[in-house]
Formats: sequence, structure tokens, C-alpha cells
Amino acid sequence: MSFQASRPNLLAAPAVAWLLVFMVLPCLLILSYAFFERGTWGGVVYDFTLENFQRVVDPLYAKIFLNSARIAGLVTLIAILIAYPAAYAINRAPKHRQAMLLFFAVLPFWSNYLIRTYAWIVLLNREGLLNNLLRMAGYDGEPLSLLYSEGAVIVGLVYNYLPFVILAIYSTLSRLNPELMEASRDLGGGPVSTFLRVTLPLTMSGVAAGGVFVFVLSIGNFVTPALLGGGRFQMIGNVVYDQFLTANDWPFGAALGMVLIATMIILLFLQGRATAHASGERAGAPS
Amino acid sequence: MTVKNRFIATCSAVALLAAAPAGAADLVISNWDGYMAPDIADSFKAATGLELEVVNHATNEEIMGKLMASQGKGYDVVFVSSPFAEVLNKQGLAEPIDKAAVPNLANLYPEAAALAYDPGTEFSVPYTWGTTGLCYRSDLVAGTPDSWMNLLKPADDVTGKTTMLATDRWLMAAGLFATGSSVNESDPAKINAAKDLLIEAKKTLLAYDDTTFYSKLVSGEASLVHAWDGWCNYGIGENAEIKFIVPKEGSDLWVDTIVVMKGSENKDAAMKFINFILDTKNHAWAAENILYKVPNKAAMESLDPAIAAQYPNMAMAPAELTKLELMRDLGDAQKDYSRAVSEIKASN
Repeated sequence: MSFQASRPNLLAAPAVAWLLVFMVLPCLLILSYAFFERGTWGGVVYDFTLENFQRVVDPLYAKIFLNSARIAGLVTLIAILIAYPAAYAINRAPKHRQAMLLFFAVLPFWSNYLIRTYAWIVLLNREGLLNNLLRMAGYDGEPLSLLYSEGAVIVGLVYNYLPFVILAIYSTLSRLNPELMEASRDLGGGPVSTFLRVTLPLTMSGVAAGGVFVFVLSIGNFVTPALLGGGRFQMIGNVVYDQFLTANDWPFGAALGMVLIATMIILLFLQGRATAHASGERAGAPS
Repeated sequence: MTVKNRFIATCSAVALLAAAPAGAADLVISNWDGYMAPDIADSFKAATGLELEVVNHATNEEIMGKLMASQGKGYDVVFVSSPFAEVLNKQGLAEPIDKAAVPNLANLYPEAAALAYDPGTEFSVPYTWGTTGLCYRSDLVAGTPDSWMNLLKPADDVTGKTTMLATDRWLMAAGLFATGSSVNESDPAKINAAKDLLIEAKKTLLAYDDTTFYSKLVSGEASLVHAWDGWCNYGIGENAEIKFIVPKEGSDLWVDTIVVMKGSENKDAAMKFINFILDTKNHAWAAENILYKVPNKAAMESLDPAIAAQYPNMAMAPAELTKLELMRDLGDAQKDYSRAVSEIKASN
């Protein structure tokens, strides 16, 4: 009997242990570095200091952080605008096709992130596919400089994280009771007002989940800005990377990482609240 | 890579610190990937009967982080650039070179055995050396670039077609040399002046690039790039119009070195390994295959003259190289450099 009761916990134990030992503990260790001094040649000198946090609020890093947030925000917005119609279309497709369509949406994940990102370099560079196609179509001006720009970084991030948003929105759309939309139409709601006043509000939890996911992944990303931005656009992830791997300043990198993690936790908390609120509404909570 | 992956990657790197490689091998060597012959373990075993385990590090900073955390335990021999060899010695982690056990030291150029960071190869042995300069497409650039200013304030025809190295020391070096400062400058005002120039230069750049700049030259995406001599050779190998030049304001001399760790439990084997590398044929492998100059007189003289004919910078004499400014450890000034680089990268 007691075995019965504790079985769910037992089943979760390997995953929990894995997370604790390989994720939580090492990350706590790294975060604790934020309170110590940098060893001149790398590593950490265990003298307590708050200097690393003073440096985090330095206008230089605040500017990089805000700029990263701006880019991540744009990526999130674009990803939602593309993903919502896609998820809607998949949900409206015949049931037997939905699995296949979803499969296509996540297909890019079967290849390596770096390879997918390099593919964009092949497409966008000055001697790349796009410019060659333009030339073949009769364009004879200077080749377009599409790569190594903020636009290229945004395109790369949207492309890489779009499937997450499609999946998140699809999962709320597919759970939506079609009778609600019918009721709206029966009560005289046109397609637009039904969508805006019934479907969209009821699927906001999916939009929020997908959006937070993309935002959090984008703001800390350092590979895409390095490759598609040509290193000319520094995001906060690149600064953290540099502190650990080239500047030998682990404590400062840890302090920056702490800010990123705090941002992530706050956003996930807000999203959790929104989801709880939405499911409360769906359960018919009195207004 | 995702935030989560990044942290997992970072965390696992830390986990590795605790569990440095341990195995049945007689020697554990850490080197950059591809920096030695791929069959080195076999040929070393055939020559000495000793088992070799080669592990890779991606950057100096990575291996230094591991060595600092483990106090040098877990590795017998490491390949690091000279400023880091200096640090290992200052930290008491480098084992003195046992010259009697390394007779092939006689193969080194006298200049290479008298470099300022370690005169007399007391705690390190130079493996490769070279410089940094301009690598360009002579068919796409008008005239012959001969100054850092050709890169930093480019003429109209190359604007938007230049790349610069992004690694702190070399990015700053371009600005420092152009403003008449030392590559090891620690005066904040001079570091600032270099930074301001580099911020202006950023507006004219195609990209910062440490790894694929030569292929950008080959494809014609870029026409003038900031390059290490050896890497420019990879471009020259694909297109003979690509040339390398050391700017008139001067440049740096970089040296990658081999250091035996004080914590090694098999120092005799480590010295044998160094002697093996300094062997004419083994050391020539690096010059032939990586197209880096090696400071080994016997090895350089054994090279097919066709190599120097195709890649003129391979023929730079030791005296020419040692006229350049040796890159040294910065100590605490490193902080000013990394802040300057952050400012440059964040500017727009």
C-alpha cells in the first residue's frame, strides 16, 4: 500500500536526481561565484565582494541587456504572429493530417542547431544563394548585405524557436471546446469577433507559454548573434560567454548569469500565473 | 544553443574540473584540436613504448581554468600560448625543462630559445610562432595595403568588405599599433584611444571573424581581413591572389609553447615527449600541415622549398619575427581590455 502511494515519487526520482545533481547544484555553484573576486588568471579567489553586481548595473552592460531584451522581444512578437496562424491552420486541418503537419513543424529540430544556423549564412551572404538568385533574375547592382545585421540575427532566432510557439499554441487550440465557438456564432458573433473575443482569449495561455519560451531562449542566446550578426551585435549571452571563456572573469560572468536567470524565473512565474488564471476561467469560475 | 544548454555546458565544464582525465596512459597531453599529427599516439608509442592520451582544449582560457582549478593535476603536458606559459610559471605550476633529457632543443633557432618571456627555455618550449597582419585579395584591393589604417579607416572600395579578429588581445592590438602604442599597453588613456579608433572602425566592418575570415576572402565576400599569418595561408592555398603583409606600424609576435606540469607523475616521459616533438620530422609536420612557422631550424630547413614559394610568410626569418613585439601576459590590465572590447562590441 505504501509502495502504491509512493510510486509516483519513485518514478520521478531519477529525473529529479538528475536535475539536482547535474543542473541545480552546478548552477548554484556557478552563481555563488558571483559573490567572490576574480582570480587574475582565471578561477575564483574566495574573498567576498559585491563588486560584480555593481558592474552589472554599469550603463554599458545595462545597455547590452536592454538591447538583448529588445531583440528577444521582437523575435517573440514575430514568432507569435507567424506561429498563431500556422497553429490555427493545423488545428483546422482534418484530424488524420494534423500529426503529419505537426511533424513537419518540428522537423528542423532533427538537425543540429549550428548546422541550421550555418545554412542561413549560405543563404544570406553576399555571394550566397539569395544574391545569386537575384542576379539570375536580372539584378545587376551591388549584392545585398543581408548577413551580419540585426535583421539576420532576428531571422535566425525566429526560425530556430518558431516550432516551440506553434506547438504551444496548437496544444491550447486543440483542447478548446468547439462548442464555445458555435455558441458565439449562434449568439450573433461574426468570425472576427468570435476569434477576438472567444478563441484568442482562451488560447492566451498557449501564446504566453510559447512567447516566454522564445523570449527566454533568445535573450540568452550567443551562437546566433556570433554567427549571423558577425559578432557585431553583442547580446548579453555573448558577454557571459566571453567572461567565462576569454576574459577569465568567472565571478562577473556569474553575476550576469544571475540576472538572466532571475529574468527567466520572473517571466516563468508570470506565465504560470497567467495559465492558472486562464484555466480558472475555463473551469467556469464565477466572475 | 539555448539558455538551458548553455548552463548545462558551463556546468558540465565545471564538473569536468573535478574529474580531470585519468586513465592507463603514461602521459596526458592537452592541445588544440588538430595541432599535432593525428597518429601522434601511435608514432610516439613506436618510438618510446609509452602510451599517450591526447585531450583537446578550444582556448587558452579553457585549459587555464582547468589547471587553476585542479592546481595542475591531471595533465602532464599542455600546449598554451606564451603569456599563459608565463602565468603557469608565476603560479609555480610549470616544471623546469630537463635539458639533458631533451637533446633536440639544439634544433631550435637561437632566437627562439631566447624569447623574453622565458630566456633559455627554462620552463617552456616554443612549438609554433608567427604574427598577425593583413590578408587581402590583391585583385580586389587597389594598391598594396601596408598600414593598420588600411583596415581601420578603409578606402571606399573596401568599406564593408573587411573583417577583424574578435579575440580581445588581437582586436585591441590592431588599434594599439595604429595609435602608436604597445601590444601590451597598460596605460588606460592609450587603451581608450585604441578603443575609440576601433569603435569608428566597427562601422566599416563586414564582421568580426576569428575562424572563417580566409574563406570570406576566397568567396569574395571580404577583400581585406585582419588575420594570423598561418590562417591567411589557408586562403592563399585556395587562391593565389591572396597575400599577407605585416603593417609598417609593427605587429605582435605570438608563440605557442609546450609546458610540463609540475604535478605530473611521469616527468621523464613528459621530457621524452618534448624531445619527440622537437625531432626534425615531427616538428616539420606542423609547418607542412598547419602552415605555421615552427621555431625549429632543422625542421624549417627540411621543408620542401615549394612551401615557402607558395606561402611567402613561411619564409619569414627568425630575426624578422623577433623584431615584432612579443605578446605578454597583461595581469590586471586584462580587465581594462575586456571592458574596452565589450564597449566596442556594444557600440553601433
